[in-house]
Amino acid sequence: MLTHAMKEVARGERWTWRIAPLRIARALAHGSLWMGVGLMALAFFSFITLLSWAEISFVAPATAANYIAGALGSKFLLKERVSKTRWAGVLLVAAGVALVCSAR
Amino acid sequence: MISKSLRARTYLFIAFIVVSNPLGNTFLRAGMSRTGAPSHWTAQALALFFWKAFQSGAVWLGIGLLILFFICYMLLLSWADYSYVLPASAASYVVVALLGSVVLGEHVPLGRWIGIGLICAGGALVGRTSPATGREN
Repeated sequence: MLTHAMKEVARGERWTWRIAPLRIARALAHGSLWMGVGLMALAFFSFITLLSWAEISFVAPATAANYIAGALGSKFLLKERVSKTRWAGVLLVAAGVALVCSAR
Repeated sequence: MISKSLRARTYLFIAFIVVSNPLGNTFLRAGMSRTGAPSHWTAQALALFFWKAFQSGAVWLGIGLLILFFICYMLLLSWADYSYVLPASAASYVVVALLGSVVLGEHVPLGRWIGIGLICAGGALVGRTSPATGREN
């Protein structure tokens, strides 16, 4: 949702450093941005609630799955081109995150 | 054809994001741990809790860094693919582990180092792809 809002706000415009504050201001007026922020807040509170009773080693694969879900969302919802190299990278990162979060 | 300046700008923003997020969180946690948990879950105790929290310089620094992080994150997403930014920013896990190990003297288990290696390898692979598969802006 965040990406969608930012891409909408930047549509057809060339980047300059001076344009940055304008993009932020426009984004804050965009509904999808707030939906994205709301969803992120929901995800965060669910995460810490889950952590209050679940073992971190259980939560870790869920965090890793986030990277795969992100790539899938990008491909199907944002219509990004996710190459095989990028998929390979995503899978490596997901595996790495799972290990980092669960290693004792 | 991806321009060098787009790639350079992308790497710059990713580098900032990957450092500012963990640092911001670290300062926030340091400040909050000194503040301590609220004594009761009443409106008064909570108001006092937040009042105490905002007395802490570390909390302000943390909040400031996290705001900067979020601004950069938003700007980056205005041109780069989310499927590029998400794995690339996983390098923040590496920063967290390094911060913990070097600054706080924490023991980092082998499994975590292997995970860090995988994240770096994955990040490197993603970094080789083009940051913006749509039009350049």
